[in-house]
Amino acid sequence: MVTANLRAGDLSRITDMAEVKGRSLWADARKRFMLNKAAVASLFVLIFITLFSFAGESIAPWTNEEIDFNVIGSADTKGMPSIASGHYFGTDDLGRDLFARSAQGTRISLMVGFVGTFIAVLVGTVYGAVSGYVGGRTDAIMMRIVDILSAIPYMFVLILLLVMFGRSMFMIFVGIGLLSWLGMARIVRGQTLSLKHKEYIEAARASGVSSWKIILRHILPNLLGVVAVYTTLLIPDMIMAESFISFLGLGVQEPLTSLGALISEGSKSIVQGSLWQLYFPLAFFTVTLYAFYFVGDGLRDALDPKDR
Amino acid sequence: MTAPLLDVRDLRVSFHIRRDGDMPWTKPRELKALNGVNFTLNAGETLGIVGESGCGKSTLARALIQMVPATGKVIWQGQTDLLTLSPHQMLAYRSQVQMVFQDPLASLNPRMSVGSIIAEPLRTHHPELSQAQVKQRVQEMMERVGLLPNQINRYPHEFSGGQCQRIGIARALIVGPKLLICDEPVSALDVSIQAQVINLLAELQRDLGLAMIFIAHDLSVVKHISDRVMVLYLGRTMELAESQALFAHAAHPYTKALLSAVPIPDPVKERAKTMIPLEGDLPSPMAPPSGCVFRTRCPISQDRCAREVPALLGIGHEVACHRVNAATLETV
Amino acid sequence: MALLDVKDLGVTFATNDGTVTAVNGVSFSLERGETLGIVGESGSGKSQLSFAIMGLLAKNGRATGSVRFEGQEILNAAPAVINPLRAVHISMVFQDPMTSLNPYMRVSDQMAEVLTHHKGMSKADAVTACVRMLDAVKIPDAKGRIRLYPHEFSGGMRQRVMIAMALLCRPDLLIADEPTTALDVTVQAQIMALLRELQAEFGMATILITHDLGVIAGFCRDVMVLYGGQVMERAPVDPLFETPSHPYTRGLISAIPRVDTHGETLVTIPGTPPNMLRAPKGCPFAPRCAYAGADCDDHLAPLTAFAPGRLRACNRSLEELA
Repeated sequence: MVTANLRAGDLSRITDMAEVKGRSLWADARKRFMLNKAAVASLFVLIFITLFSFAGESIAPWTNEEIDFNVIGSADTKGMPSIASGHYFGTDDLGRDLFARSAQGTRISLMVGFVGTFIAVLVGTVYGAVSGYVGGRTDAIMMRIVDILSAIPYMFVLILLLVMFGRSMFMIFVGIGLLSWLGMARIVRGQTLSLKHKEYIEAARASGVSSWKIILRHILPNLLGVVAVYTTLLIPDMIMAESFISFLGLGVQEPLTSLGALISEGSKSIVQGSLWQLYFPLAFFTVTLYAFYFVGDGLRDALDPKDR
Repeated sequence: MTAPLLDVRDLRVSFHIRRDGDMPWTKPRELKALNGVNFTLNAGETLGIVGESGCGKSTLARALIQMVPATGKVIWQGQTDLLTLSPHQMLAYRSQVQMVFQDPLASLNPRMSVGSIIAEPLRTHHPELSQAQVKQRVQEMMERVGLLPNQINRYPHEFSGGQCQRIGIARALIVGPKLLICDEPVSALDVSIQAQVINLLAELQRDLGLAMIFIAHDLSVVKHISDRVMVLYLGRTMELAESQALFAHAAHPYTKALLSAVPIPDPVKERAKTMIPLEGDLPSPMAPPSGCVFRTRCPISQDRCAREVPALLGIGHEVACHRVNAATLETV
Repeated sequence: MALLDVKDLGVTFATNDGTVTAVNGVSFSLERGETLGIVGESGSGKSQLSFAIMGLLAKNGRATGSVRFEGQEILNAAPAVINPLRAVHISMVFQDPMTSLNPYMRVSDQMAEVLTHHKGMSKADAVTACVRMLDAVKIPDAKGRIRLYPHEFSGGMRQRVMIAMALLCRPDLLIADEPTTALDVTVQAQIMALLRELQAEFGMATILITHDLGVIAGFCRDVMVLYGGQVMERAPVDPLFETPSHPYTRGLISAIPRVDTHGETLVTIPGTPPNMLRAPKGCPFAPRCAYAGADCDDHLAPLTAFAPGRLRACNRSLEELA
């Protein structure tokens, strides 16, 4: 027990004592997250899906570009999923291996999700934190810019960009990244505004810590919780946006593919009865999205417990 | 005679309040949070500042360390007017004047370990110190304020309120300030912990020769620790006197009422005491009463009080009231 | 029969970090018209005690033991039993009036609702009764101001509105939980004077929960001292302050800075309040007590009477404490 009655003589005794390890809020949150079974299971599912997307092609006997000439033309009868033929998930109408294509498509979708979100987090967090912390007229102008950008119909611009500059991965990143940070900037600004008036920020200002260091040392670490939660919810949004574009046939170019493009192709095959072409990509798509949402939910509960 | 550590003259702070829905071009309304406050503070002395919420006592603390824009003069050691300094020049003085805040937990960054919280002012003002030197100074200071130095890696939420306030005090004292401003440092604490922190502050002040401005709404706490006490009401000084004199012979009707309102933890005395009731609430600082700001609740106000602002008069024991003779301190 | 009879009341909360014991075996009874002060520091369980009596515990809270109101068991009672009781016979005033007033409803509507709902009065009659009650709590121009919204009142006035609302049905028992903690000292004095007057006028039994012994001294006839969720001492107010029988009460009284006496350093109670996540087996005050022996960590003597109306729970006898 700590008392006020420590005297100099106690010093040697105390300094001999081992330093006690602290339990940071992050450690607390990690513990709470680990107790959330759905979130932890989802996290493992995500890790598995990511591994599959990168390693899947090397496991598969076929590459995503190779055409199995045995199957071509009669994919609905011969292209069924089978271990013997090496097409674990079957083939598409052109006789390309769906296992390899699913792995490759998942990779593209995840990449779009991560890169788009990365841009959003980087730009949005800095923009929002600066806007909120500086405040006043700067804040007003910065936020009006966000308002104006948000008023632009995002999907429309993205489609226009792809049509004008051609379909490419780069254009998709530019298009999605351009506008996806707006929501993040708004959320971060709101949080910063409420953090700004906390006494510990005032204490730092009073002792002469520079604004930049205050943002870095006091504001950002306290924002991270919200940012982390929003990020896990933003990634599936990005994946969804890319899939929508691809579904319209404007996404990545062949031979590359994405989950959206695969689902689009698969949906056309329903009439032929080769349903596996739809089911496998769709399963990856929904499982990925669900897993992200569960992880986001778990993170929110872990980082922002109500009983604290 | 040496100059006082701090000489505050005619300190004024106004806030411009915009109501929601006001057009950008409408003139914001002015809220005078501090309206011409004067006082001096000598090295090693404690000035208590009391008043109810909205009297401007916290604004005063923030004006002194330039957290809110103020006009007037704040002269440091008879030489520098702190209000004329640029933010960069002010940096050198920030280590001289440190502050302890009201809410012990809210004033500590929850994501930082206690060691880095206490070290922050030291790193800011003495970037030349090595990691090991900083750690040593932090542990010495933790020891000094009654914390176990081996707790250096712990986080604020692992400490009780009283211990958090000790962390706040350690952070304020680590750069060796000459003046410590305490803004309601114990009002969020339990009685038994309050006493610990008050005693710690008094002891540190004695040992380190600190000057202290101690702000509180609780008169009994202020009485305990202050050499002199200033009573504020709606941004103006009502009375300023030696602590003993103020509590024994309060002259201003507001001070008297304030004193009589403090509950005494003794049923016999509490039942026997005569209360000077104050009617109503504090008037809005947006539209303060004319003349003496206290007149709307004053039991002895006259016509004159509505017309003229009373000056703060007297030597040693200063009172701002038309009804009090500044020389004899008797009500006339 | 006592108005309120609390027997062996325990309150625990299930949290992420484990079970927190807030109240641990508290027993007391209260007669009609009596004024009881419950004093304790934060974490003493004083607020949870009142919430448990009112059946207002948070979802993760669990109450055990027995609370009888006029002989009827109300602890963990069905809503059908407790709801009518709560509004009409027992009412409560909270620390922050804003949390218990609906900010989007006029005061007149909120107050009248209590009467129209529980007493079946017409709206017009109810409003008239409400205005009379607001007059009783000394709100100037009650007739005009009853039409206002809660945020248009100052803190002190809001607390008056809360008190008026609590007294509308003339309850037999009023529980005031830190009613003046959020207020300035001059306004606190007004509110306490008002409560004293109203108590004398209406004669309801009152439980005043506070951390401020000064407020207790001026209002209550009986005092119960709580520490670590357990009753340390119960006594009429005069002897409690004059000759406190428990080391904690003694420490508490001498730790208060006072305006009426002189003194250099305050007497402090060393250490910090107990962590109720690991409720102590014996006396919760033992780690901070100067008189504690090895036995105090293991068990605490039950609350026993040693003089008329005075009870204490301490392993040391009064002679040992002298």
